[in-house]
Amino acid sequence: MTTDDIILRVEGLHKSFGSTEVLKGVSFTVRKGETKVFIGPSGTGKSTLLRCINQLIVPDAGRVYLHGEEVTHAGAKINQYRAKIGMVFQNFNLFDHLTAVRNVEIALIKVKGMKENEAREKALFELRRVGMEDRADHYPAQLSGGQAQRVSIARALAMDPDVMLFDEPTSALDPELTGEVLEVIRSLARAGMTMLIVTHEMRFALSIADELLFMEHGRILESGSPAELATSPNFERTRQFAGRFAEL
Amino acid sequence: MDLSAILIDWLPFLVTGIIATLGLVLSALGVGFIIGLPAAIGQVYGSRPVAFLINVYIWFFRGLPLLVLLFLFYFGIFPAIGLGDVSPFVVGALVLGLHGGAYQAEIFRGAILSIDEGQMTAARSLGMSRTQAIRHIVLPQALLIALPGWSNEYPTVLTDTSVCYAIGVAELLTRASVIVSTEYIAMPIYLACAGLYLILNYAGMKALHLLERRVSVPGFESGSNWT
Repeated sequence: MTTDDIILRVEGLHKSFGSTEVLKGVSFTVRKGETKVFIGPSGTGKSTLLRCINQLIVPDAGRVYLHGEEVTHAGAKINQYRAKIGMVFQNFNLFDHLTAVRNVEIALIKVKGMKENEAREKALFELRRVGMEDRADHYPAQLSGGQAQRVSIARALAMDPDVMLFDEPTSALDPELTGEVLEVIRSLARAGMTMLIVTHEMRFALSIADELLFMEHGRILESGSPAELATSPNFERTRQFAGRFAEL
Repeated sequence: MDLSAILIDWLPFLVTGIIATLGLVLSALGVGFIIGLPAAIGQVYGSRPVAFLINVYIWFFRGLPLLVLLFLFYFGIFPAIGLGDVSPFVVGALVLGLHGGAYQAEIFRGAILSIDEGQMTAARSLGMSRTQAIRHIVLPQALLIALPGWSNEYPTVLTDTSVCYAIGVAELLTRASVIVSTEYIAMPIYLACAGLYLILNYAGMKALHLLERRVSVPGFESGSNWT
């Protein structure tokens, strides 16, 4: 692989909130089409890490590069970078006053400057991709959690992002609704989308990850392919952590 | 002349007072909105000095009785800046607008603060600037949330307009008093005046309720039970 394949490079991210150091130097690179899954105990900085990548949280130190261009310290240009980094939130964060299709198209119109009819077409296409086209005119309050999360995935996809960040996309869902969301994410992986996923769904993590990264206390402690998890000495702490999940 | 003849004679004069009263109401709500919404935005998103100045404005116009404000502007501030010959109606409309703006700012500020932070975060994650996120995502939701409380300003403001009697604006109460002091009959005239206030109250609340229904969005229902 050449360096051209590298979409995202994260170097030595540090972040503290007050006296608590949440990230203690996190580095990794992401290649095109790769799916990296971050696992680990709650409160170890996984969500903070994702938010530092698109600067929703400004890291204290370290750098993030998207296609070799520095995203950190980007100033006003940050909005252009964010438009290329899709993000899906634990609580969906759909715009509550807008229908599903308006949720998907509003950034196309306001950020990308698309015409209304063009944006509508694109939005409906993305809703179709996540199986939500028939709910296009529904407001968030009229959607189930799983449906809302699929719309929020469509909203992020519509921007044609270079990389998608998923921040515990199923943690706020009833167990019977997680399946439909995970299936959409799987279909994105098959379509070659580059993704960083934070999740507690171990089985899903193992089945979708190209690389599994175990985070604890603000550091990436162990990493490797899911196939290595069962046997490799690289994954001793991860196995101990994962052993607590009955499904494994 | 018997009573009914007097009433019929004076009714056009009294009813014409509705125009001035409604003018004062529209100014209080309209000028109040034009001032109140930006004031709330400035309070929530503005720099410290901006928020401070807005707080001073709100403190001043909510801290003084309406009648004191009216006298202060009509007999003090307007003459002092060389606008002593401005009509009482203009002074009344402006003071009610400034007064209403201070109250509306508080309504809108509460509504803005009630919007989940995730809405702003999601908007920014899509590449919207802070201004775009406020304008397209936060404010529309804040307005929907504020509408029932904002509608509640109407009956307050309607009754407040009668204070302008004190500086001689030819609104409902002033006209009723003119009739009373001309014909020396108080009760029927003030009853007619009261009836007109109640009709204006009902009509306005009805109109605002229709507005609430019209802009209602699932998830933002006001739960208002006015019919």
